[in-house]
Amino acid sequence: MPKLIKNDQISADNWLLVEGSEENQTIPEGDVIVPLTLFLAQQETLLASSSNTGVWLDSSESPELIADQLQNIDMIAINFPAFTDGRGFSYAQILRGRMNFTGELRAFGDFGIDQMFFLKRCGFDSYLLPDDKDPAGAIAALSSFTDTYQTAQDQPVPAFRRSI
Amino acid sequence: MYQYNDFDRKFVKERVDQFKDQTHRFLDGQLSEGEFLPLRLQNGLYIQRMAPLLRIAIPYGTLSSKQARKLAEISRKYDKGYGHISTRQNFQLNWPALEDVPKILGELAEVEMHGIQTSGSCVRSITADPFSGVAQDEIEDARPYAELLRQWSTLHPEFAYLPRKFKIAVSGSTKDRAAVHFHDIGVIMAKDENGETGFEVLVGGGLGRTPVIGTSIRRFLPKQHLLTYVEAILRIYNQLGRRDNKYKARIKILVRALGAEKFTAMVEEEWQHLKDNPSTLTEAEIKRVSAFFEPPAYKQNADITKPSQLDENKEFSRWYLNNTKAHKQAGYRSVVISLKPTGMPPGDVSDYQMEQLADLADHFSFGELRTTKEQNIVLPDVEKSQLFEVWQVLTDNGLATANIGTINDITCCPGGDYCSLANAKSIPVAEDIQRIYDSPKTLEQIGAVDLKVSGCMNACGHHHIGHIGILGVDKKGKEFYQVSLGGGVGTDAAVAKILGPSFSQAEVAGVVKKITDLYLEQKIQDENFIDTYNRIGIEPFKEKIYAKAH
Ligand code: SF4
Repeated sequence: MPKLIKNDQISADNWLLVEGSEENQTIPEGDVIVPLTLFLAQQETLLASSSNTGVWLDSSESPELIADQLQNIDMIAINFPAFTDGRGFSYAQILRGRMNFTGELRAFGDFGIDQMFFLKRCGFDSYLLPDDKDPAGAIAALSSFTDTYQTAQDQPVPAFRRSI
Repeated sequence: MYQYNDFDRKFVKERVDQFKDQTHRFLDGQLSEGEFLPLRLQNGLYIQRMAPLLRIAIPYGTLSSKQARKLAEISRKYDKGYGHISTRQNFQLNWPALEDVPKILGELAEVEMHGIQTSGSCVRSITADPFSGVAQDEIEDARPYAELLRQWSTLHPEFAYLPRKFKIAVSGSTKDRAAVHFHDIGVIMAKDENGETGFEVLVGGGLGRTPVIGTSIRRFLPKQHLLTYVEAILRIYNQLGRRDNKYKARIKILVRALGAEKFTAMVEEEWQHLKDNPSTLTEAEIKRVSAFFEPPAYKQNADITKPSQLDENKEFSRWYLNNTKAHKQAGYRSVVISLKPTGMPPGDVSDYQMEQLADLADHFSFGELRTTKEQNIVLPDVEKSQLFEVWQVLTDNGLATANIGTINDITCCPGGDYCSLANAKSIPVAEDIQRIYDSPKTLEQIGAVDLKVSGCMNACGHHHIGHIGILGVDKKGKEFYQVSLGGGVGTDAAVAKILGPSFSQAEVAGVVKKITDLYLEQKIQDENFIDTYNRIGIEPFKEKIYAKAH
């Protein structure tokens, strides 16, 4: 089982990740993270339910596609089909920066210890760490560097504007 | 030059620790080859045909004597006593052991050096005009901006996993010595009508399989917006650049697919969201960084007359003419040290030579050296009256080859002798060519010719932009060479045209000889090779070379 890392620790995962691209598949009860196609097709049902709604974006699905619905979405998960596919880093920056998304932003898919620091910097705050990765190492890697040159979601002011 | 503060030092140290841990995990089997690959690449470590290759960053080609000594020491201790200046101004070790690499990086960190982002699909170490700050023709020194870009791009969290490598070059002068038209982003210093400094921004240039001249997407970008604008370009590229085919993954393909107009519009729109955010450069920061690049304490009354030895000493005089360049400061010249003596792999420098150069820099050039994309080393600030002494020391150390700017100043990638991607060897071809032009008189006659050799389509030898370009190709498992003509940079930016069917290794030098023979026959007055070529075109060359023997 992949482990969820949240608030710098292993946490219980209350969300159910729904896969499959069928537009009319039945959505399970509870807090679900549905694929974009499903969300767009069954938005009304989802929003009417009392559970929380999450949407997951594949690496080819820009957050622009849900820009208008963000206020109805409690969490967004971004898939990393391969850890070398870095589109999700930009999506996170856009969601947090320009679109002011404040809900949970989760990374899932293929990533590991060595991507954690960058993920955090871009605005992710939860990580569904693949099974074969060491959670302690991943948590430690969230603070690989004490400080950084450029701005990102964790540091809105570049080093050169701070007196360091 | 730029000096690390506590922040920089700590940062590089943490990077060393991080890589040490990553290497351990790899050697322990916790990280797969595939997982370790981008991590080692982004620290400069390739696994090559013979051994690992470690590429050490020399940001925008600026090196202190202390750093040069450290490179010499490392070459001696961990390698075979020599290193190689790459066409991106970096320093490569060809034979380090993988287990030693974290140690090497640790030692480099002591002198403010590292291998960060010298390879991999990320923003690569920034290159710039090696004569920044000393060239007479520059609008403003490019180095502060190159340094600002270096800091901004270092471990940028959003751009560590781009579709492909991403190269940025900065030129302070329209007389481009940084090949800005052939980078993913090229910025050239410019002034607007009010005399404010800024940049022209070019995007989508590149060499490799598909050589493209960059498109100017902004005529003038006020300097304070440099980082946010570059960020906007990269954000578009990171999202839309192709990831399904590595040959189509560079930004040049994206710009072409979208069309320059659409691409520009997208960048401008993205930039509207970033413009004026805290990454916008402040006057104070530009000033702070520029202060590191203030001119050194030049002698105000330096002798401006030509060195007296020029009249008596022919060899010195030839060297002076070819290897020293005009300087901003009266009484000074920049010295280009040729790493192209015939028979040595172009760009190679021994540990001992590196130490001599460090000493020379300390005694005669304010402790600073520069590396060039032509794979030579520059002493930027030498007093004219001391040139003779410098030349003598260089002569004693096999470093006074007077061939800068000539056809023998060959830019040449490591090719099949070292590189696992090569189709053909490149070093022996360079040597064959150098052997034809074996007298100073011939070299003088032929004058300025930029000849460049790459061992494969990746074009690390920049063959597309050579006046004469030579490319190693594979023809039914045999090494062949394609010859092209007419490449250039700056205001003459052009991609060289292929002459015709390729040649065997034994033929190449003879073909080059025919090319320069034709030039000598056809040249009018003091026309340079490239002028003659541009006037008469490629046809006469084709005829001469492919003419059936009668
Ligand atoms: S051009 Fe090809 S052969 Fe030469 S160094 Fe680059 S990849 Fe290797």
